[in-house]
Amino acid sequence: MSVLAIEAAGPGVTLQDGGRKGYLRFGITAAGPMDPLMFATANRAVGNSLDATAIEVSTGGLTVTAPEGPLGLALVSGGFRATLDGEALPPACALTLEPGQTLTVRAGRSGAWGYLAVAGRLDVAPVLGATATHTRSGLGGLDGRGLRAGDRLGVSEARSGDGAPQRLLAPWLDRDPSRIRVVLGPQDDYFTDNQVAAFLAGPWTVSPRGDRMACFLDGTPLTHAKGHDIVSDGVAMGAIQVPGNGLPIILMADRQSTGGYPKIATVIGPDLGRLAQAQGGTRIAFSKVSVAEAVAARRAEAEALRGEVPREPLLRTDFPAEFLLGLNLVGGVTDGRDGIAKVA
Amino acid sequence: MSAAPRILDAGEAALVVEFGTSVDPAISDRVLALDDALLADRPEGIAETVPTYRSLMIHYDPLVLDRDTLAGRVLALAGGAPKRATAPTRWILPCCYEAPHAEDLTSVAGQIGRTPEQVAALHAGATFRVYMYGFAPGFAYCGGLPEALAVPRRPSPRPPHPANAVMIGGGLAAVATVPMPTGWYVLGVTPSRLYAPERAESFFVRPGDTIRFEPIDAATFARLAEREAAGERVARREEGVS
Repeated sequence: MSVLAIEAAGPGVTLQDGGRKGYLRFGITAAGPMDPLMFATANRAVGNSLDATAIEVSTGGLTVTAPEGPLGLALVSGGFRATLDGEALPPACALTLEPGQTLTVRAGRSGAWGYLAVAGRLDVAPVLGATATHTRSGLGGLDGRGLRAGDRLGVSEARSGDGAPQRLLAPWLDRDPSRIRVVLGPQDDYFTDNQVAAFLAGPWTVSPRGDRMACFLDGTPLTHAKGHDIVSDGVAMGAIQVPGNGLPIILMADRQSTGGYPKIATVIGPDLGRLAQAQGGTRIAFSKVSVAEAVAARRAEAEALRGEVPREPLLRTDFPAEFLLGLNLVGGVTDGRDGIAKVA
Repeated sequence: MSAAPRILDAGEAALVVEFGTSVDPAISDRVLALDDALLADRPEGIAETVPTYRSLMIHYDPLVLDRDTLAGRVLALAGGAPKRATAPTRWILPCCYEAPHAEDLTSVAGQIGRTPEQVAALHAGATFRVYMYGFAPGFAYCGGLPEALAVPRRPSPRPPHPANAVMIGGGLAAVATVPMPTGWYVLGVTPSRLYAPERAESFFVRPGDTIRFEPIDAATFARLAEREAAGERVARREEGVS
């Protein structure tokens, strides 16, 4: 059987699938990817089902090898720095990892999460129907914990991919993190119209102390019209609760299933990923949309993931002159669509 | 007939069906009856439902099930004043109110001017209603706490409670599972696990069920905890008429 070996993993690198379903009613967190769109794109790019188990890479970084045989991989990240045996890779690429090669992923100038999908099936035993890791309750993944050096992940039905690295073209991942769309409620009536307007306008600054559970915002505190305690009710991913100190907290993948603070608004599904990718210090504001507009955005996202993820050959700036000359001789004058014109 | 519930949007993929704003068995009954009716009806596109004290959260796929169609279906079901599909179960959970398990018993006794024995007796004499799960896997929020035990929650959390702690705080009771820092007070520990991931039925208590606690000594606790760990379920159903 093929193996993906973890040579190094920073804190917060976990196995995730589409999330644990059907157990919220028992207090079980869904977990699943922080950036569902990027996660699904990585799985799509290797031909897996969109909710297959993949590795969520934190800014802590990850180094992997394929000691038992070649593995087809897709790495999709916002702005992480990835290298294959020291050669730079684009932040979104498909490649074959051969035995003896080392793939390294490190944090970059932008982005907080990346996804490494393996062509085939990562052999991880599901817990309560899912492999998604929830470290806080010790559920899923490998013994409920993050990945670490020495872990070896078996891969069933492994496919080795297309060889040389290729750039993945996923323009739907070019998202502006500064504008986040929300549907108001369910407890916007706990705030005056003025405070709802102040909430939308911000600006808010993403606090660096966020994690998989929540994104904390700094800014001018909001005030409640009817107090900040409610009798606990259900919490959706993206729910924006406003506790006593008036600073919004956006509940993310590792959120608890219920909560007792008023929720002024909810981030729409298609914008959860761009929010998750906002590094500490990012300034954001919210814009209000209707449920119908949010559903339209969701539909567009589903459309983007319907087909294959387009690829283009990787360009290298260190090609020998003979090679470039040969390419011109074979391909004739470049039309701007192949590599040469884009090197500059 | 009761008023129609409020339907609130929690984004484009979840609805909150709110029957009230307080902790009240009658409100909870309506929440749970709607949940049963919806699970029986199961319109395509519903991902899962989460009953809470006073509302039902419905997670749905808006690309499969239209929001207004779902809301209409919910109002129609709620308007039919549904009853619960099955009667609640009355559970008896052994509980050790002795050292070293009863970590905060003395503290609570001091706050309300009673002896630890009186606090334990008050707690063991009550019948609790499980309203909902939340906070952690299998963490059960319960009502029915005697007035005399209504201490506020801690101003700041205490270190992690023991596994399967039996706790009170803020006028409510709880049965915990995995150790977590908590703002509640630990009166005792039950050898029974409300959350047993290795069992086919990982959760056996349903919202709407009742729980009574049967005092046991530390030696009995150790014995029962061993049986529970071996796979047995040491909680019992209460026999007799309801």
